[in-house]
Amino acid sequence: MEGKDTFRLGGKEFTSRFILGSGKYSLKLIEAAVKDAGAEIITLAVRRANTRESENILDYIPKNVTLLPNTSGARDATEAVRIARLARELGCGDFVKIEIMRDTKYLLPDNAETIKATSILADEGFTVLPYMFPDLNAARDLVKAGAAAVMPLGAPIGSNKGLAAKEFIQILIDEIDLPIIVDAGIGRPSQACEAMEMGAAAVMANTALATAGDVTRMASAFKKAIEAGREAYLAGLGRVLQRGGDSSDPLTGFLRD
Amino acid sequence: MENDFYVDSEYLSKAALEKKHRLENDPSSRTNHMEYMPGMEIISHDVMRNVMSRVEAYDPDAYTARDVQAALHHDRVTIEDLQALLSPAAAPFLEKMAERARIETGKHFGNTVYIFTPLYIANYCENYCVYCGFNCYNHIQRMKLTGDQIDHEMKIIADSGMEEILILTGESRAASSVEYIGDACRRAKKYFRNVGLEIYPVNSDEYRYLHECGADYVTVFQETYDNVKYETLHLMGHKRVWPYRFEAQERALMGGMRGVGFSALLGLSDFRKDALATALHAYFLQRKYPQAEISLSCPRLRPIINNDKINPLDVGEKQLCQILCAYRLFMPYAGIVVSSRESATFRNGIVRIAATKVSAGVSTGVGDHEEKYTGNQSETAGDEQFEISDSRSLKAMYQDISSEGLQPVLNDYVDVQDIQ
Repeated sequence: MEGKDTFRLGGKEFTSRFILGSGKYSLKLIEAAVKDAGAEIITLAVRRANTRESENILDYIPKNVTLLPNTSGARDATEAVRIARLARELGCGDFVKIEIMRDTKYLLPDNAETIKATSILADEGFTVLPYMFPDLNAARDLVKAGAAAVMPLGAPIGSNKGLAAKEFIQILIDEIDLPIIVDAGIGRPSQACEAMEMGAAAVMANTALATAGDVTRMASAFKKAIEAGREAYLAGLGRVLQRGGDSSDPLTGFLRD
Repeated sequence: MENDFYVDSEYLSKAALEKKHRLENDPSSRTNHMEYMPGMEIISHDVMRNVMSRVEAYDPDAYTARDVQAALHHDRVTIEDLQALLSPAAAPFLEKMAERARIETGKHFGNTVYIFTPLYIANYCENYCVYCGFNCYNHIQRMKLTGDQIDHEMKIIADSGMEEILILTGESRAASSVEYIGDACRRAKKYFRNVGLEIYPVNSDEYRYLHECGADYVTVFQETYDNVKYETLHLMGHKRVWPYRFEAQERALMGGMRGVGFSALLGLSDFRKDALATALHAYFLQRKYPQAEISLSCPRLRPIINNDKINPLDVGEKQLCQILCAYRLFMPYAGIVVSSRESATFRNGIVRIAATKVSAGVSTGVGDHEEKYTGNQSETAGDEQFEISDSRSLKAMYQDISSEGLQPVLNDYVDVQDIQ
């Protein structure tokens, strides 16, 4: 492999392509999970960080890791913008992952409101990473609105269904010039590997680790899978043999010139 | 077997006793419980119709082990599946239900458990609900906290580390007006991140006012969805109006509240039907208001002052666990609250399966937090609504949850109303 394989977000360069979620599991495991995942970016819910609790989640995140606060809990663009500003006040930096949900059942992102919030926050100097439903038109609007990357869902949050939206994510990878980071629904390392083989710039996972028997070991498994998928993508996937192999008697053998 | 709810206090006047006995013994002396009283807002009844048509048609004994097995294999649990999971046929599958419930809880909540505490600010009540310690014929020490006393109680609670509070009152508009409750909400916002309400049902404009005062979660217990039984338990007062109570959560959402909680008080009527109704009430309202946060509680009847024999009858811990697992499988995204009515052992076990929210540092009395939290004797305190079973402090609860390998959470919410 020539040179260093990195990707850039908001003027920062990252080597790891695994974005780690910090919610849903014990704070004490965060540091170990970051280490075993080799993660350089970690998300955190502002609504969790906004606490007087003696154990603040911020205290458990290693200082050399880039924080990616998210706006979970926001129901429209206005609320997302306010939460992002609060994140900045809390000292979480200028990165923000926009999450806007208008339903509490599936937690599906609202693309229209996400585009609005992206535009406002990008103008305010945030590095905006919008979580979205993989729709090409919406993704193009996010690019125009000033997003730093696009984060399509693989499947509904917490569903562990993997790349249910695979075809549509592939279209985003092929057509959008920003990093495509697959977020939500990734339930196992093989699915993360597949997303990377497709050409995703990075993968984000949370529930898959949180619900694993051994959180840090699963973090390590994801790290390896993501690296393997990236290597495969860079190597260029070879041909895939069709079932039954090649015909020994070519269909076009009758052609004479 | 039935509970014997009627207790005559020696402190009641002859006239009061006569009225009480008439209400108890002569149904014609009671008002029509299906008729709204003047001033009660009437809204669309579509949710009520959707829920009750299914509950009335539900026959728990019609389900077999096959139905339960099928339900457990379905990726998405339907209403029909829920009915099977709540049926007696599901009892032998409790461990299987728990296994799957644990997976679903993990997918949606990871290993987090939220902690909150209730604060009773008044225990005056205008209703005669025969099973409740606050009922107007029960001789108890009544009390209503002043603004300063509310501040005092809240400060003690906040100093313990608590960030979410649930404000409760007895159901008396006269003693605890909407303005009085609104004032308590404003005070609560100084000490807590999150303020919930469990008060008498009000109209949507009043919910809007309380939301503006800082409350954003409303819990109303329907007690029982069996309105015929309801009529025999809620003999007098505005609480007697069954449909107005049923529609409280919808009016709260119309008033801008973020979330609503539902519950039947298990042990009052057929618990399987009541559990089905509770889940469907939440389900149909969430379909109508998809942005609403939803939570389900599962209180069982408890003894009260002057009647220590009240009990939840046929709703044992196994039945309660079955209900909670069925709720979880049907609504994987809903919060499930288990209160201090249940034992520490039950609560420790159920947070590993289905529950996502527990109370700690609980008093169901009025104005006694200083005594309970610090040991200093309070001057006067109002008596309790019911006896609690789990008296763990926030610190003890926090430690116990952590030692189960779970993550206690004290706040999971940003109020953006005041941020620009």
